[in-house]
Amino acid sequence: MSAVQNNWTGAKTLVDPRVPIRWGAFYVAEFRIRNMLKWLSAIIAFGLGNPVLYLLSIGVGIGSMVKQQIDGVPYLTFLAPALLATAAIQGAMDEVTFPTIEGFVWTRVFYSMNNTAISSKQIVDGVMISAITRCFLQVLLYELILALFGAVPLGSIAVLTIASLLAGWGFAALMLSVTVFIKDDDGFFAIVGRFILTPMFMFSGTYFPLTALPIWLQWIGWISPVWHATDLGRALSYGHKIEPWLLVVHVVYLAVLGVIGMLTAYPQFKKRLAE
Amino acid sequence: MSEIKEEIMIRAKGLRKTYGDFVAVDGIDFEVKKGESFGLLGPNGAGKSTTMRMISSTSLRSGGELEILGKDPNLFGPEIRAHLGVVPQQDNLDRELKVWENLMTYGRFFGLKGKWLKAKVDELLEFAQLEEKRNTKTDELSGGMKRRLTIARGLVNEPEIFMLDEPTTGLDPQARHILWDRLFRLKEVGVTLVITTHYMDEAEQLCDRLVVMDKGKIMAEGSPADLIKRYSSKEVLEVRFGSENNKSAAEQLKGVGDRLEVLPDRILVYSANGEKALEYITKLGLHPITSLVRRSSLEDVFLRLTGRTLVD
Repeated sequence: MSAVQNNWTGAKTLVDPRVPIRWGAFYVAEFRIRNMLKWLSAIIAFGLGNPVLYLLSIGVGIGSMVKQQIDGVPYLTFLAPALLATAAIQGAMDEVTFPTIEGFVWTRVFYSMNNTAISSKQIVDGVMISAITRCFLQVLLYELILALFGAVPLGSIAVLTIASLLAGWGFAALMLSVTVFIKDDDGFFAIVGRFILTPMFMFSGTYFPLTALPIWLQWIGWISPVWHATDLGRALSYGHKIEPWLLVVHVVYLAVLGVIGMLTAYPQFKKRLAE
Repeated sequence: MSEIKEEIMIRAKGLRKTYGDFVAVDGIDFEVKKGESFGLLGPNGAGKSTTMRMISSTSLRSGGELEILGKDPNLFGPEIRAHLGVVPQQDNLDRELKVWENLMTYGRFFGLKGKWLKAKVDELLEFAQLEEKRNTKTDELSGGMKRRLTIARGLVNEPEIFMLDEPTTGLDPQARHILWDRLFRLKEVGVTLVITTHYMDEAEQLCDRLVVMDKGKIMAEGSPADLIKRYSSKEVLEVRFGSENNKSAAEQLKGVGDRLEVLPDRILVYSANGEKALEYITKLGLHPITSLVRRSSLEDVFLRLTGRTLVD
């Protein structure tokens, strides 16, 4: 007789379904974070190295060439909120896209979660909770380094964090609702990366004001979550002057992206898992 | 004797699943009682796995009725799944996590506490004979070890119904026997087993009762012995005359035994007494290259019911 037999009580008394029905999303997040920890050194190296590299090369290097003030502040101060928004979006996006392909295609781990008490909605929520957790830590680290470079006013860090998380969530939700359609690793990300993400990061007023571009290129910024997050960040950080209505537009735009993304992802996850 | 009301764990009535125009499961009826070991036998594409996934309350049915543990899975998926154990056809372990972490995280999905799980993980590792692999990443396990881990993982919540989809496909004979032994032990503690397989020896070994499926339909239902009795003779004589001569030999064999089945490589003679049938054939002046007398199996039942062999 093995211990499994001797100690068998049975699910009927052992498992109370109300517990996972209430907390399942956090169990999924716990699983994702345990997974992330396997990559901890890479995540930290990236989280630390990326801002340092950008700040040194573009902020300090290119910044030294830019003698005049931009938007009434030194170039580094102008650049910092944009780098922060970009990092938040990138970090949150990575933690929803790769896990989703992994969950449906590579290891099919979403299917094994769904064989337990976990629902499709809890998988979506759990993946998002873990992505936002990672995003939050990355943003904090970034802000710390920005503060060390004197690139961001200390008083603005709290609001900047909230704005960055909003941007990360909005874009990650959007990516979640797209990634769920990937049937196999068919180079989709190479295409998205080259033709959507790269132009989005280049033309969103990151390194220069969006208005410096000809009007026929500015639309990329208007639809880009990176620009909305960047412009919002500048207003919150060093008091970049924008119309109050535009401030509202930025927040609403990012929030709407998030809501649409989540509301699209829920039924698609459900459908794909129930096939 | 008073009639004891048996607890029905699974009840399916007119159960259907379609994908567009394709009908994967075409209106099947069956019931599984508590403590029973129930099998779905059939070739690849018969609709076994689809049926399994509907029972495991993940795949939604397209029609008919289904009740698992007394509840409708369309409405109470998580509640039902909390008390099920599922071993999918394809192992879906996490590659980044170690063996013990795979068991631990899976247990957490049922809301089980970390401290309790720690002890449970040890038990399961012993059950699956993976104690030495506790700290190995699942990527480095052999196919058989992965299968055992997936099976152990499905037991973490001590399920009322344990469902195994093709549990021993890809395992060597010894590993299969070890697994069968483990499943018998679970039966002893009252776990209801649902197993799909296309190995008839597995079905004969493991199942109290089974349904033979083909093209989304149930062809027959009963215990292995019962099905063999109903659809086949006691013994089977297999004779080979070489692929060229099988057909002409079959002409001459008409009337020998209860029934003949002519396959591309051999002729099956169904008879209560195989040796006698062979004697008779020899008397006819026919000399098979090889001959073999064996007991009837579920393979013969399947051949009778569908005109095809199980493993093509």
